[in-house]
Amino acid sequence: MEQPDLTDQFVELIRLASTDLRSDVEDALRAARDREEEGSAAQAALDTILENIRLARANSTPICQDTGTPIFYIYFPPGWSTLKLRHQVREATATATAKSYLRPNAVDSLTGRNSGNNLGDDFPSLHFHEWEEPYLKVDLMLKGGGCENVGAQYKLPNVTLGAGRDLDGVRRVVLDAVNQAQGLGCAPGIIGVAVGGDRGASYIRSKEQFFRPLDDQNDVPELTELEERITQEANQLGIGPMGFGGKTTVLGVKVDTLHRLPASYFVTASYMCWADRRRTMIFCDGEITFE
Amino acid sequence: MLHKLTVPISEEAIVALHVGDQVYLSGLIVTARDAAHKLMIEKFIRVPQVLEQTDLYARLKELLAGGVIYHCGPVVSQDDRGRWHFVAAGPTTSIREEPYEAEVIEHFGLRAVIGKGGMGPKTIQACQDHKAVYLHAIGGAASLIADSVKEVVDVYQKDELGVPEAFWVIRVEDFPVVVTMDSHGVSLHAEIKQRSTAALQSLI
Repeated sequence: MEQPDLTDQFVELIRLASTDLRSDVEDALRAARDREEEGSAAQAALDTILENIRLARANSTPICQDTGTPIFYIYFPPGWSTLKLRHQVREATATATAKSYLRPNAVDSLTGRNSGNNLGDDFPSLHFHEWEEPYLKVDLMLKGGGCENVGAQYKLPNVTLGAGRDLDGVRRVVLDAVNQAQGLGCAPGIIGVAVGGDRGASYIRSKEQFFRPLDDQNDVPELTELEERITQEANQLGIGPMGFGGKTTVLGVKVDTLHRLPASYFVTASYMCWADRRRTMIFCDGEITFE
Repeated sequence: MLHKLTVPISEEAIVALHVGDQVYLSGLIVTARDAAHKLMIEKFIRVPQVLEQTDLYARLKELLAGGVIYHCGPVVSQDDRGRWHFVAAGPTTSIREEPYEAEVIEHFGLRAVIGKGGMGPKTIQACQDHKAVYLHAIGGAASLIADSVKEVVDVYQKDELGVPEAFWVIRVEDFPVVVTMDSHGVSLHAEIKQRSTAALQSLI
């Protein structure tokens, strides 16, 4: 089987991710809106957000002007060329930028120059995983800068927060991260947590949590309990949508663990804004589907 | 309370605003974020004499006297007549301009800063001293806000700074914002942070 040119399909994946919010997030925002006090700034903020989601989908315009770092996870069957995939994804990224589905976001850190087409050194971010399924799956997430800026990584034990090397310690530092973020990550956000790893692996794993459906359940019972508890307690902070004060500060918390060195115990809390833009493309037997 | 404001904004109009008020803003405003603030500070404000970008400086003096800066890096498109359009234009996080904004307010006679997430003590003080306010736009309401941008009048430094960081001069109509820092020293952000930090102490 000759490897197909999927560039146009990748452009459509990007368009969907940028302009058409997945229903699990939209449903959660609607539920949050109904929970807020009538006439409150929090409710008004969520009404605006929901109206914007509708408009962006109808007009095929970006939900948020910060289309962020496009992060692609590409799962491919044995025999596919990752060089070809990389080339097609990068071309699709430049095309999507020219069509205004993406804002040009790749800035040279030395010179300050914007590349103009979203292509740069390690930009977009591509992760390739060969797998045993007979089809291609591409997960795309657009991770904005505002929420990226309020992610945090803690080393346990943390004396200030009374956090020891256990799940209660994890709870304490994640709540601290949500408090530090206030509304700056465009609350109500989703928190992706990784416990373990070296610093880099911990950050990467924490952001992979955002691919999980919002209403899923963790495989590990203690982690499900932790996710629910942190979500509840984060909402007790009362930061609310956009930091205006309100009942929903966090739409969900997703936790995963990975192996670590004896000396290190990192807890990484990545923050995803309410505009949780992620979409999936599947190419199987010549057919394309988008989720 | 709902207020309709038009640029240029008077001191009286600013003093009448209080945290929590909703505002619909109309008129010519200018986008300026990280690179633009650095440029203004280094080339226009903290210098004995303006020697570079004198055209831009003259234009900014005109636009910002009684005017408004919007912390925003838009998604734009250009039609086949070469005209620019704002496709998505929500606010960026304002706190990054905290080191500079007070000086920009003072130097240009700015009446309002639009952004997301609020600003800090230096800016609150400048709002009191010079009668200005911080107006919060809804983060991520990018497509909605772009609708209130009726015309892209001009752009400065687009080639040098890139599209997101350029000075875009835009005409807006009924751009919806909320006052979250007023000229009386009140900041919603400071209040929320105090409350949430107290709540955190009881949880950990």
